[in-house]
Amino acid sequence: MTSTDASLRRFLHGLPGVDQVGVEQRAAGLGTRSIKTSAKDFAIDLAIGMVDLTTLEGSDTPGKVRALAAKAMRPDPADPTCPPVAAVCVYPDMVPFVKEALSRSGGSSGVRIASVATAFPSGRAARDVKLADVEDAVDAGADEIDMVIDRGAFLSGRYLQVYEEIVAVRQACGSAHLKVIFETGELQTYDNVRRASWLAMLAGGHFIKTSTGKVQPAATLPVTLVMLEAVRDFRDVTGQMVGVKPAGGIRSSKDAIKYLVTVNEIAGPDWLHPDWFRFGASTLLNDLLMQRTKMTTGRYSGPDYFTLD
Amino acid sequence: MDFDYAPAPESRSVVDIRSSYGLFVNGEFVDGGGKAFKTINPATEEVLAEVAEADAADVDRAVKAARRAYSRVWSRMSGAERGKYLFRIARIIQERAREIAVLESIDNGKPIKESRDVDIPTAAAHFFYYAGWADKLEHAGYGPDPQPLGVAGQVIPWNFPFLMLAWKIAPALATGNTVVLKPAETTPLTALLFAEICQQADLPPGVVNIVTGAGATGQALVAHEDVDKVAFTGSTDVGRAIAKAVAGSTKKVTLELGGKAANIVFDDAPIDQAVEGIVNGIFFNQGHVCCAGSRLLVQESVAEDVLERLKRRMGTLRVGDPLDKNTDVGAINSAEQLAKIRELSEVGEAEGAGRWSPPCELPDHGFWFPPTVFTGVTQAHRIAREEIFGPVLSVLTFRTPKEAVEKANNTPYGLSAGIWSDKGSRTLWMAGQLRAGVVWSNTFNKFDPASPFGGFKESGYGREGGRHGLEGYLR
Repeated sequence: MTSTDASLRRFLHGLPGVDQVGVEQRAAGLGTRSIKTSAKDFAIDLAIGMVDLTTLEGSDTPGKVRALAAKAMRPDPADPTCPPVAAVCVYPDMVPFVKEALSRSGGSSGVRIASVATAFPSGRAARDVKLADVEDAVDAGADEIDMVIDRGAFLSGRYLQVYEEIVAVRQACGSAHLKVIFETGELQTYDNVRRASWLAMLAGGHFIKTSTGKVQPAATLPVTLVMLEAVRDFRDVTGQMVGVKPAGGIRSSKDAIKYLVTVNEIAGPDWLHPDWFRFGASTLLNDLLMQRTKMTTGRYSGPDYFTLD
Repeated sequence: MDFDYAPAPESRSVVDIRSSYGLFVNGEFVDGGGKAFKTINPATEEVLAEVAEADAADVDRAVKAARRAYSRVWSRMSGAERGKYLFRIARIIQERAREIAVLESIDNGKPIKESRDVDIPTAAAHFFYYAGWADKLEHAGYGPDPQPLGVAGQVIPWNFPFLMLAWKIAPALATGNTVVLKPAETTPLTALLFAEICQQADLPPGVVNIVTGAGATGQALVAHEDVDKVAFTGSTDVGRAIAKAVAGSTKKVTLELGGKAANIVFDDAPIDQAVEGIVNGIFFNQGHVCCAGSRLLVQESVAEDVLERLKRRMGTLRVGDPLDKNTDVGAINSAEQLAKIRELSEVGEAEGAGRWSPPCELPDHGFWFPPTVFTGVTQAHRIAREEIFGPVLSVLTFRTPKEAVEKANNTPYGLSAGIWSDKGSRTLWMAGQLRAGVVWSNTFNKFDPASPFGGFKESGYGREGGRHGLEGYLR
C-alpha cells in the first residue's frame, strides 16, 4: 500500500468521503453541550494539563522562553493544586534554554520540551536540511518534535514523498515523539484532512496536529473532529493509538471545553489524557486559569492577577 | 478518564403554568362545556394543569367568532396590514422563545435542546416567511386576485405542538383566512400560550380561536358546516376518517399523515455523516416524527461497518430529563404511545429480527423507551411496514440502486426519504424514482419555511410551507 504513489492514492482516495455540511453540523451540535460545575472543574484541569505552551516568534529570546518554562511548571503561582501544562513548545535553537530552566527546578515537573522542526512553518527546504533541523532539536534535548508536512507535495498528489519524509523524520527523532502538522488551513478540504491523517498515521506519527498557527484558519472544531474520527478508526484497524493536537486559534476555556467534549464523544474517553490530546496555545492558558479561579472562589479576577509572559 | 457531564437543567422559572385553562374564543379565555381533562409532564407523570374540553356548542361558538372576524375584519384588511400582525407575532415568539421552549419540553417531553434550537426558531421563521407573502399573493401563481376561503378548522398533533401550530396558522392568516385550531389533548399548553401571544399582538378578536379537547372536539370542528377549510396533521387512520366526514361537502382539505421513510445509504456515502443522519432521522424527537427515517436501507457491502458505527454512536446518546441541556433523547409523549411502541417492538422480536439498545438507565417515573435498532429486518416484517412513531429503527439491506428504489417505494406511505451518496448523478436519478414528498440528499430532517412539505399515497395530500403552502388556503 505504501510502496508507490499510485497504491497510496488508491488507499487514501478509497477512504469514505467527508460531507462538509454534515461534519460542521455535528461539530456545532457538540458545541452546544452544557458543561457546568463538577464537569467544568474536571475539564479545566484536564485542559491545563494538555496545553503545549507555545512561543514561535522571530523575537524569542532566552529570557522569554525561561519565563514561559516557569509558567509551564507553575501556571498559577498562588495555587499549588493547579496542574502543570504538558509541554513548552519552541524553535530548535531555544530548546537548550527551556531545558536549563526546567532542570533548574529539579526537573520533576513532568513538563516536556517540544520543538518545531523541518523548516517550520512552510517546510520549504531540502530533506537533509529538514532532517538536520530535527537532529539539532533532538540533540538539544527536545522530547517531542512537531514537524510540518510538505503541503505542496500533498496537494500535487505526491503522497509517497510526504509519506517517506514523515518516515525519515520519525527515524531522526530517535526516542522523541513525533507530531505531524498538516496545516489544514492550506489543505482546505475535509477529505484532504482525512487523507493526511491516515498518511501520517501509516508513516508512524505519534500525534497528528492541525496547524502551525501561522496560517488562517488554524484549528477548527470540525477539522479536529475529522482527525479524531481518523485516530479512532485507525485504532479499530491496527490497535494503535495516535494523539491529536489542535493548534492555533483556541483562546477561551469555552472553546477548549468544546474540544474536550468532541474528544469524549468522537474518539472516546481513552483520548482524554495529555498523552493523547494536546492544545497548541499561548493565550488559552490564562483564560483557563481565570476560569479555574472563578470556579474555586466564585469571583472573576482581573487579568492583572494572572501572569503575562 | 471519565468525563461525566454534570446535570445542566434549564430553569423552569421562565414559565408560569396556571392550574386551569379555558378555551380561547373571540379573543378571550372562556370556560368549556365538556369535562375538563388533565395534561401531564410525560417525563415525570406530574399533573401540569386542567384544561377545558370544548363540546359541540363551544366549537360552534368558536367557528361563529371566526366567521365574524373573517367577514367584518380580516378578509377586508389589506395584505400589508395582515402582514404587520404576522411580523409582530413572529417577533413576540422570538422574544418569548425561551418561555415557549421550556413549556414545550415540559408538556411534550422533548429535549430542551430541540425545542430551543429547532421547534421554536423554526416556528418563528414560519411566521416571518408567511408575513412576507401577505401583500404579495397576486404574485404567488394562483391567479391575478386570489381570495381566502373563509374559516379554517385545523387539527394538529402532539409531536411538534408549537411548530405544527405555526405551520397551520401562519399561511392561513397570511392569505386572509381566520382559524379555529385544536391542539392535541396531551400537549395543549403551548397553543394556549400562543393565544396569549395573539392578545399581546392585539390581533383582532376571533381571527385565531383555540379549542382544546380530544377526538370528539376535533370531529365537531372538521364536521362543522361553516368551516370552509380543514387542515389536519396526524395519523393516517384519523386522516381517513376526516376525509370521509368532509366528503361531499365544499370543504377544501389538506392532510399530512404518517410515514415510513427510507433512509438509503450507498457504499460511497460519507459514512460518518450518514451515521449522524441515521441517528438524527430516527432518534430526533424520540422518533415522534411523521417523516422519520424509520427504515434504514443500507447497501450490503457496507452494512456491517455502518451498523457498527451506528451502535457506537447510539452509545453516546443521552436519554433522560428533557430539561437537561445535554439530553439528546427525551420522554415518550404518553402512556398510550409507549404501549404502542412496546407492542410493535415485541412483534419485531417475535418475527425474528435482532433487537439492540445501548445500555442506558431510564428514569423510574414517566414514559421512556431506549433508542432501539432492529437488524435482519425484511419487507415482510411488520416493523418494516407499520409506523412505530418511536425511537425504533429497522435495518434492511439492498444490493443495487434499483433494488433500493423498489424497497423504498414498497410502502403505502410516501412522505420523505434520504439518500446518502457522494455520486450526485445517482442521487438525482434516485430522487426522481422515489415516491416521496421530500427527498433529502446527504442530510435528513431539514426544515425550512421556504420549502414545501407533504406526502404521496397514504401520507396525505396538499403541501405545507413555501409558496405551495399558500394554495390550500386560496381560491
